[in-house]
Amino acid sequence: MLSVRNLSKTYKNGAERFQALKNVSVDIEGGEIFGFIGLSGAGKTSLARCISMLEQSDGGEILLDGVDMTKLTGQELRDKRKKLGLVFQHFNLLMNATVFDNIAFPLSIDKKSKPYIKDKVDGLLELVGLTDKRDSYPSKLSGGQKQRVGIARALAADPELVICDEATSSLDPETTRSILELIKRINTKTGVTFIVITHEMDVIKELCSRVAVMEDGEIIEQGPVIDVLTRPKTDTARRFFDKTGVYDTSAFIKEIKPGEIIVKATFIGDSALKPFISDVIRSFDVNLSILSGGIEPAGGTVVGALILKISGSDGALASSMQYFKENGVGIEVINNASL
Amino acid sequence: MQVFDLEYWSQTIGILMRGTADTLYMVGFASLFAVIAGLVLGILLYITNPGGIRAMPVLNRVLGVIVNIGRSIPFVILIIAVFPLSKFIVGTTIGSTASIVPLTISAIPFVARLVEATLNELGFGIIEVAISAGATPMQIVFKVLLPESASGLVSAFTITVINIIGYSAMAGTIGGGGLGDTAIRLGYQRFRTDIMIYIIIILVILVQVIQLLGQYIARKLDKR
Repeated sequence: MLSVRNLSKTYKNGAERFQALKNVSVDIEGGEIFGFIGLSGAGKTSLARCISMLEQSDGGEILLDGVDMTKLTGQELRDKRKKLGLVFQHFNLLMNATVFDNIAFPLSIDKKSKPYIKDKVDGLLELVGLTDKRDSYPSKLSGGQKQRVGIARALAADPELVICDEATSSLDPETTRSILELIKRINTKTGVTFIVITHEMDVIKELCSRVAVMEDGEIIEQGPVIDVLTRPKTDTARRFFDKTGVYDTSAFIKEIKPGEIIVKATFIGDSALKPFISDVIRSFDVNLSILSGGIEPAGGTVVGALILKISGSDGALASSMQYFKENGVGIEVINNASL
Repeated sequence: MQVFDLEYWSQTIGILMRGTADTLYMVGFASLFAVIAGLVLGILLYITNPGGIRAMPVLNRVLGVIVNIGRSIPFVILIIAVFPLSKFIVGTTIGSTASIVPLTISAIPFVARLVEATLNELGFGIIEVAISAGATPMQIVFKVLLPESASGLVSAFTITVINIIGYSAMAGTIGGGGLGDTAIRLGYQRFRTDIMIYIIIILVILVQVIQLLGQYIARKLDKR
């Protein structure tokens, strides 16, 4: 539904030039939640602003349903914009308008009738759980409630695509979780496509089916969240996932005795629920200790990783490895003393 | 001695009331015209600014220069300078109606800059929301800029009205009518210190009332 082709953007400040986007290409499919992750300055916000046409790109195409938005001007562009909803980090609410009027804002711009607006907004208030705040002013709302208003407003004009630029970055973890749940629920219920821009891995894991990792204005890696999570190709991607703790292996590469092996076992989906540890201990003559590990939901399924120390004869170790592989557990040998 | 002098009081009160009515008339109309024109000019300055919602750098520069020229001419000189214009518009160069012309002209650039400054206080984020909702520049002005800055604008207009009261007294010095005129002709030139004092008291009360009223409305409009 959205196809970005060779998008580039350079900011000029006098003689200074900063290339924020370098030939970025990405395809977003209808109905999915697509994440962009990167450190600050990686270009993700520039990308969001270019896609939403708040910033003019210097080159490339932004095809929304086959129409290149960079070629549109005036009324044509204004009409196309209505297919895009934006959710901002700092909410950007009208402070002198009630919650109702804030959500109704895109509709009043679109000159919809009063009864239509009332119906639509009341429905959205219910969807985001703010019916009792209908006539309150934003100054009386908490951060999470403000962002709910922001999300409801983004949905008001029935957009095809909603872009959330760091939508949860100024909220506390608890509120972040409730906002992520809301986005997920909306996506499931209405089928609206979401683009989520964030620097937090948890947001990607919680929400997205696919992710693009950005660095220095480029997409350096993209694919299904599960793949990037379990088999990152770039150091930057690895660093993001290592932050979750479980995946950090560096601490375990000391004190290896002969006959011992340290492995990282990763498992996805169903394999995470199998009792493969006890199976291995029962079937082969090995001792096994778990050094670190965790299981968490990500990309719509479950992923887990265990750092295991296994000791036994070479044959038993080899059979154990074989068993893991046959049962869909990814095995990465971190250190092998017998080698 | 004068306290029980009925004739003194009826005469004095008559003079003061006429002066006050004239002042209110001048200030009222001058404020109304200045606020309308200044608001339009201020919005133009804001939206044509490079990086504004309708960036037109050349027009912006031209308007800016005109506003600055308007603001640098001393008011006393402006009154005389616009005599021909006053004559053309209201048919005379003396009296309170004639004073409305220079009062308005001098206040417009002032209001424009205050309006521009007030609008600049608004973050650009909320304007981006409007742009992304497909709003036209007109819709942005009427549905975002004005409602969001209503409180600040009322404060700016309050300052303007009080300024115009001050200037109207100055216009009085050269036959402008109103309390300033009375204060000069009776209070100063005919040594009626009593009238002078009453006029000062009336002006103080007038300014006070307008300031309080302005603050009250501004506070009511502010939901932040």
